Amino acid sequence: MGVEVLTNLINGMSLGSVYAIIALGYTMVYGIAKMLNFAHGDVIMVGAYICFCAVSYLGLPAIAGVALSIVGCTVLGIIVERLAYKPLRNAPSLNVLITAIGVSYFLQNAALLIMGSDPKSFSSIISLPALNLFDGALTISATAVLTIFACVVIMVALTMFTGKTKMGKAMRACSEDRDAAQLMGINVNSTISMVFAIGSGLAAIAGVLMCLAYPTLMPTTGSMPGIKAFTAAVLGGIGSIPGAALGGILLGIIEIFARAYISTQIADAVVFAVLIVILLIRPAGLLGKPVNEKV
Amino acid sequence: MGIKSLKPQTRSTIITYAIVVIAFLAVTVLDGAGLISNSLSGQLVPICAYVSLAVSLNLVVGVSGELSLGHAGFMSVGAFTGVVAAGCLARFGVENELLLFVGAAVVGAIAAGVIGFLVGIPVMRLRGDYLAIVTLAFGEIIKNLLNIFYVGVDDAGLHFSMTDSASLGMNQGVILINGPKGAVGIDKISTFALGILLVLITVAVVLNLMHSRDGRAIMAVRDNRIAAESVGINTTKYRLMAFTVASALAGAAGVLYAMNYSTIVPSQFDFNQSILILVYVVLGGMGNISGSIISAAFLTVLPEVLRPINNYRMLIYAVVLILVMVVPHTKIYQRAADAVRRRFGKGEADDAADEVLATEGGEAHE
Repeated sequence: MGVEVLTNLINGMSLGSVYAIIALGYTMVYGIAKMLNFAHGDVIMVGAYICFCAVSYLGLPAIAGVALSIVGCTVLGIIVERLAYKPLRNAPSLNVLITAIGVSYFLQNAALLIMGSDPKSFSSIISLPALNLFDGALTISATAVLTIFACVVIMVALTMFTGKTKMGKAMRACSEDRDAAQLMGINVNSTISMVFAIGSGLAAIAGVLMCLAYPTLMPTTGSMPGIKAFTAAVLGGIGSIPGAALGGILLGIIEIFARAYISTQIADAVVFAVLIVILLIRPAGLLGKPVNEKV
Repeated sequence: MGIKSLKPQTRSTIITYAIVVIAFLAVTVLDGAGLISNSLSGQLVPICAYVSLAVSLNLVVGVSGELSLGHAGFMSVGAFTGVVAAGCLARFGVENELLLFVGAAVVGAIAAGVIGFLVGIPVMRLRGDYLAIVTLAFGEIIKNLLNIFYVGVDDAGLHFSMTDSASLGMNQGVILINGPKGAVGIDKISTFALGILLVLITVAVVLNLMHSRDGRAIMAVRDNRIAAESVGINTTKYRLMAFTVASALAGAAGVLYAMNYSTIVPSQFDFNQSILILVYVVLGGMGNISGSIISAAFLTVLPEVLRPINNYRMLIYAVVLILVMVVPHTKIYQRAADAVRRRFGKGEADDAADEVLATEGGEAHE
């Protein structure tokens, strides 16, 4: 019983780490551009496909595949931002939302045309041995360890980056007050591009990690994790980096436990119900700051 | 007395109804002449359903200014309760198809309205993007719960279960809703005429609400919540009113949609479906009812028209969507629009009005 709970906890943290990495991208983009980037989930899918192609068609080693997919998604993120979102900088936020949905449809259907609709099996690419503890009573997959480790490294790196570097400072300034930041001589456009680049690069990592744990790869692979990560970002307080990490890991643990102990069919319903309850108690999310309206 | 001498509000109302009636007549005439392809005539009822859904969502998103991402949830509540209602009525000897449909639509609308009201109470405590994510969450919860819902009817009455169809304990009954397999064996009683009737009712409800004292209160809350509050408007009440009415109308549209197919499954009514309806509303223009009607009809037909280039049609759909949103904000378009305006001497007043509208739309959703 104890071992089972522990296994579920580790699986939950592993899934949650993937959500957290995706949610970081959501929350950073929201913080700076004040837009819900619904295409973010599909960048995950693109990242996973790039890694898959690099390894199985080009015969590259796995680590090169991951690097290639990070580079590919970063470039994709910058291009999408330039072409689709930049012209809408001063448009109503709903127009930007619909554009993001358009980009999401575009990426999904482009992937469908290029890669076909049949699911690709990702597991053949990277296989790692599992870890056995307590004489085999507790088995932890190497994927879970790798995912949690990656999440921690990314969290620490991002916190250092936004806290210590000049670019990070510019990002925080832009999300605080874009106009004032511009008056201080910060190049707002390149700062926003930078955020999209980081967010998309993280999405590529998340895509590879997710497909290691759930190895079927389809053009729609990214959409549900995208929605869950968005939920995680809101749960933690959208715009807050530690909030995204906390929200993601909590969501993953809740989902795995709901699947194990309640019902696989309504696990998602439980996840969303928890979100609603938390938002009713803390309307700005767990770590979000409530904003008072001024007359 | 010409149409120009009418009040602008009356004029736009007349135009809105005229669009629907003319579309109905045109399609009927063309259909009679055999000019409508099979694939398109199969789309007529779904078009009506989507038009109703877009108009009702416009009440929430455009008129009341709240971003709702769970409209398909209320559609599915209406669809499934409507199917159950029609199944029961048929079981107990009602054979008239019109009566069956009206019964199903009324039950579906009431059920969706009640769920909308219950969901609205917690949702309306929140604002902006937080409200949006909670409506999304409710939509997903409704979909998940419908997935484990089993309903059957026999001579003793209705049977419910949340485990499987065997535990319904029926005696020679009919299974109406079969969990993830959805509602099966639906009587296909939706017709284009019924669809147009539902569109007209939906438009009438929404326009009358918009032009009433309550409607003005709803729009006042959208434009400036604090100012509205300070003149004594109960903001929660009016936001909840718009949300509940829109949910009920979505329920009725769901019944229309469901009764056009022999099978519907809960996973059809997912987040993507909600987004699809939202796209119609934004493309048609916030708070603009005739805009919603036209864009819903156009965007439902577009993938059908593109069917010959099957593989690329959704790609083109996506590109059209992005271009429609992005192009009006590009410098080239704005310069061209300015040139056209100067050439044809359109007054400065129109420009100013456009700008006011644009900023209003922007503020309402921040």
